[in-house]
Formats: sequence, C-alpha cells, structure tokens
Amino acid sequence: MNAAPLVALVGNPNAGKSALFNALTGARQKVGNYPGVTVERKVGRLMLDDGRPIELVDLPGAYSLEPSSPDERVTRDVVTGTQDGERLPDALVVVVDAANLDNHLRFTLQLIALGLPVVVALNMVDLAERDGLKLDPKVLERELGVPVIPTVAVRKRGLDELKAALSSIVVNGPMRLRKSDGSVQDDIVTLQRRARTIATAATVSETTVRRWTHMLDAVALHPVAGPILLLAIMFLMFQAVFSWAQPFMDAIDAGFTALQAFLTAELPDSLLRSLLVDGVIAGVGAVIVFLPQILILFLFILVLEASGYMVRAAFLMDRVMASVGLSGRAFIPLLSSFACAIPGIMATRTIDDEKDRLTTILIAPLMTCSARLPVYTLIIGAFIPNTQVLPFVGLQGLVMLGLYVMGIVGAFVAALVLRRTVTKGVSSGFMMEMPKYQWPQWRDVGIGLWSRAQIFLKRAGGIILVSTIILWVLLSFPKPPEQPVGAPKISAVDYSVAGRIANGIAPVFAPIGFNRDIVLALIPAMAAREVAVAAIGTVYAIDDPDSNQGGKAMVENLRGRWSLPTALAFLMWFVFAPQCISTIAVTRRETNGWKWPAFMVGYLFAAAYIMAGITYWLAVFAGL
Amino acid sequence: MDTRPDRSVSLETLPRKQHATVAAIEWARLAGPEARRLRELGFDEGVDVEVLHRATLGQGPIACRIGRMTVALRRAVAGAIQVSPMPAAAE
Repeated sequence: MNAAPLVALVGNPNAGKSALFNALTGARQKVGNYPGVTVERKVGRLMLDDGRPIELVDLPGAYSLEPSSPDERVTRDVVTGTQDGERLPDALVVVVDAANLDNHLRFTLQLIALGLPVVVALNMVDLAERDGLKLDPKVLERELGVPVIPTVAVRKRGLDELKAALSSIVVNGPMRLRKSDGSVQDDIVTLQRRARTIATAATVSETTVRRWTHMLDAVALHPVAGPILLLAIMFLMFQAVFSWAQPFMDAIDAGFTALQAFLTAELPDSLLRSLLVDGVIAGVGAVIVFLPQILILFLFILVLEASGYMVRAAFLMDRVMASVGLSGRAFIPLLSSFACAIPGIMATRTIDDEKDRLTTILIAPLMTCSARLPVYTLIIGAFIPNTQVLPFVGLQGLVMLGLYVMGIVGAFVAALVLRRTVTKGVSSGFMMEMPKYQWPQWRDVGIGLWSRAQIFLKRAGGIILVSTIILWVLLSFPKPPEQPVGAPKISAVDYSVAGRIANGIAPVFAPIGFNRDIVLALIPAMAAREVAVAAIGTVYAIDDPDSNQGGKAMVENLRGRWSLPTALAFLMWFVFAPQCISTIAVTRRETNGWKWPAFMVGYLFAAAYIMAGITYWLAVFAGL
Repeated sequence: MDTRPDRSVSLETLPRKQHATVAAIEWARLAGPEARRLRELGFDEGVDVEVLHRATLGQGPIACRIGRMTVALRRAVAGAIQVSPMPAAAE
C-alpha cells in the first residue's frame, strides 16, 4: 500500500475540478476504475513544498452527499471512507466556482461537516470578476472555518498557495470522520440558506454585467437559430471525420503496404512470413488506418463537452428524445456512441433515472460507431458505383448516410418499444445545470485525446491482433494435400479448421444471402467489428496467396465473389449486430449482471438477422 | 387547498426576461428525486428567477436563471413553481 497521504478533489459539477487536477498533477496521472463500477478513478501525484508526496484523486462532480447517480455514489463513498478499493482521504480539496458560490457552498458545508481537514479552492475567480463579482476570501475563510485559496486552474494561478495550505493541513496519521455526519446531510434547505447567507457576506460588490454566455445562448438556444446551429455542427463533425482524416489514413495505409512489400521481399517464403504479412500486418493495419477518423470524432466530442455546448445540445434535443420516452440527457451518451459505444455507455452514468439510463445503454450500440466505418467503407467502395446523384451528392456518400440514419431510426424505434415493455416506467424528467461557455483548454483536450488513442491502439494490439492470429492459424491448418497436376485444386480455406466450422454454420445464414466467407469473417468479428475487414483480407490472402492483398486486390476479390444483394445485406447486418465483446462487457459492468447484456445481444442479433434478410430479398426481387 | 400568494404565476407562464422571486413550490406535484434535484440546484422560496429561453416546438424545456446559475427544466416542473413577478429590483 502507498504510504503517501491521499487527498481527494471534490466539488460540484462545472466547478473546474478536472482542470485543477490537470494543473496540479500534469502528466503524472493514472486513469483506472473503481472495483465493480466503471466510474473512472483518476489519480495523480504531486509534491508538497516540504518534499512530502501526495496522492491526489479526482472524484466525480456531485451536488450533495445524497447520491442520485453511480458517479455521485462513488464520491460519497470515498469521502465517507466506505468505497471499495479506496482508503479514507487524509484531506479534501473542495473546489467551488467563485461565480456560483451560493450553490456550491452548500455542498462545501456538507463536506466540512464530515470532519476531515479541508481546504477550499475558490476557483475561476477571474471569470467571476469579469462577470462583475468581487469576493472576499477572508470572509469566506472566517465563515467556513477552513483555509480558502483563490485559484484560476487554467492559468495555474494560486496553485503554490493551495499546495502550501495543503501541507499545513495534511498531518501524518490515521483520519477519523466526525460521528455526527448523518444528521448534517439531511436538510438541504437549511444548508442552502446558510450557504446563501455566507455567499452574500463574502460578496464585496456585484454589478450586473451582460455575460457573454447569455449572448451566445441567445443564438445557441434560439427557437430557430439553435437547431440550425446544432445541425450545422453535426454536419461539420461528420464532414471532418470523412475528409480531414483522408490524408492521414492514406499515409498510414501506404506505410503498412510498404512494410508488407518489404517483408515479402526480404523474408523467405515461409509460415512465419505468411503469419506476419497475411495475419498480423494485414489484420492490424486494416484497423489502425482508422485511428485518424476516431481521433477527429473524439476531438469534436471533447471540445463540445469542454466548451459547455453539449448541454445546450441536450436542451435542444430534449423534446425529440421525450417523444421516445428518453430525456435530452441521453443525447450526450448517444452522440459519444458515434465515436464508440463504450465511452457512450459509460457516459450514461450521469443519467439519474434508472430506466432511462438502461434504455440508453440498450440502444447505444445502434449508433454507428467508428469501428463500423472500416466495414462500411470497404463494402461501399467495392459495390456502390461512385456516381453523382445530385451536384455535390455522390451515391456512395448517400448510402453511408443511409446507414447512419438507419442506425438512428433503429435506436428510436427500439427505445419506443423498450420504454413500453421491458423498461416501462414514468417518463423521467430533464433537469440540468447549464454551465458557462468556456474556451476549451487544449491541454485538457490533448490529454483526453491521448488516452483515447491509447485505448484504441491497445485494442488494435490486443483483441484485434490476437483474434487475427487465431483466425490465421485456424485458416492455415490443416494444409490441403497436394493434388496431382490437372486435378481440381482443393480450396485451402475449405480444407482448414475455420473453413469447416464456417461451412457448418453457413446454412443458418444462407436464407439471408450470406456466403461462407462472410460467416468466416463474422466469427472473429464478434471480438470487434473492424476485425471483419481484417478477416476478409486474411481469408482471401490465404485462399489466393499469389495475389497481393492490398486494398485494390481485396475490392476485386469482393466483386468477384459477392452479389450486390449479399453486400447490401452484409451492410444492414452491421447496422444492428452487437459484434463487440467490449461493449457487451461494459454493459455487464454498468448493469451489474448478465441479464441486460444477454437481452441486448439477443434483440440486436434478432434485428440484424431480420433486417439483413429483408434487405437481401428486397434486393433480389428488385433485380439488383 | 390553494395556498398560492396573490399575483403569483407559474414559472412556466412567466414572460421571458421578467425578473421574479419564487413564491411557492408545489413539492407534492414533483417526483421524489426530481424535488430533491430541484432543491439541490437552489430552488427555494424567495430566490430570484428569470426565464431565459424556451426551446422550440411548443412543449420543449425552458432554461431559467436561478441565482447565478442557468438551469434547464421541463415545463411540467416549471408549472409546479409559483413565482411573483417583480416590478423593480427589490425583494
């Protein structure tokens, strides 16, 4: 166990806690999880002036010690010393927004009443002053009975004073909570009134300045301009994902192709070469190519969140979401799910209504995540002609858009049905604080992007690498016997273990137009959707080892072996099918059991099978 | 049964940009967690409120200023909050 004293950073949402955490700990931070829940545990280290190291933990924002979401429960449990996997902190840094004292002080009063040593960081004092609010920290200090340090986390102001205050209150030795913590939390109203009195006393002067948040909101929340702006931002986001990423993707693709060519030329023809070139590089390369798109998508989502716009989007979308029994809050996790369902499902933790949250989790996998892009791009590129339908509108783009819309429509229908059946309940409300607009801190956005890139690369290096190698092994053995010259050649794939398994399952998928190659690709793609692309590449590389399996050759192979109805059915399958082990695992963790992930997998597979079948037969009858 | 003070209107119908103070909150009309979150966001008798924005499409939520905070809530909740419009800046 670590001997360094533990200090917890607590405060209301939007108090600037994470910015303060980043400013205090810099790059020296670790992100993990609390046992049993997926609430992120962010820990960092900092050195006090007297040389003592401190372990700093950033707790989820909360309004009070009475939790209404899993996030807030962790916060309460840590500060009361009842959280699994965390010891009772030796001190608390309570972060309050200087411009929002009357509200934030109430939680501060609750925290001080716990009896742990406390220092208050009066954060964002610069913004408060710009809003015409002048405060006296000395008055606050006297009223609260704890040190109060004015800080501006994003400008690193007040950090030294904060550290000095910390070193004076952190004493070595075990901490004990005050006994009477139960009675204090009960009466929100009394605490709120006391908080307002203190806030008023600490306010030196207050002039009403027309805040620029109000000016921006006049546009962003305008009945007509607001939705148009939201639509424009969404359009820009997807436009960026597809066009900005292209040069980077081309460069990565060229790199992997060059590496394959180099290894093919340098290594003798052997099993090892086949494993490296056809298995590892073809498989992992096919996936890493999509890193630029994923990072651009996350960049937009992180910036929208950090700037405060995301809550406005939730506000604008509440009416639409309410029509399928959800609230505007569900919009944020669902938008994140366009990047990846995993952070999307984790973001549902801020939804306080249990049924509402469960519904959002169950439909999140229907949002077109970035892992589907490789599959969609490959199939569309191979089968949909690149013709212009309207000026600036190509048929390929239109099909891509159609797949996105299909996912959204599917999600809405699913929500509507779920809210009337398995997640029935009173419609939950929508009540949210709308934070001030802020210029995103590029450093914080950068830290967020870096951790996403790491997660993605770990996936590519872990799940995807392993499943590609296993598939390569199963496809390569046993080798078909040499046939005498002139006799029909035995397909290496059909003869292999994987081929035999796929041939066994194939009859199940024959009614919806799937051939053996697709079944072969679907099995390893259970690990992650993008593996399907790698798997198809590997299948054809082994089946036809003489051809170079770069992007162009793969497209030729697909055109030769798949019919158009089959390709369309395959696309529709991927709109619905829950082909992602990580999503299933995170659903299990978030819903505490196997019941809901099992239900999710079942209903999504059923939908995928039915929709792919309908697509196939419609296309066949239409003569495509 | 009606304990509303005179001249009070509900927050739902309060004109935009009209300053008001919360006169009474009909807690009984709100679900438990909803009522608690409303208290946590600072809604209480005597507090200064103002409607800032109403969302599109008739029945969308409203955004209001409470103290120094902006809070979004649904119309049904706003309907349970009785406010007294202020003619001038006074309390």
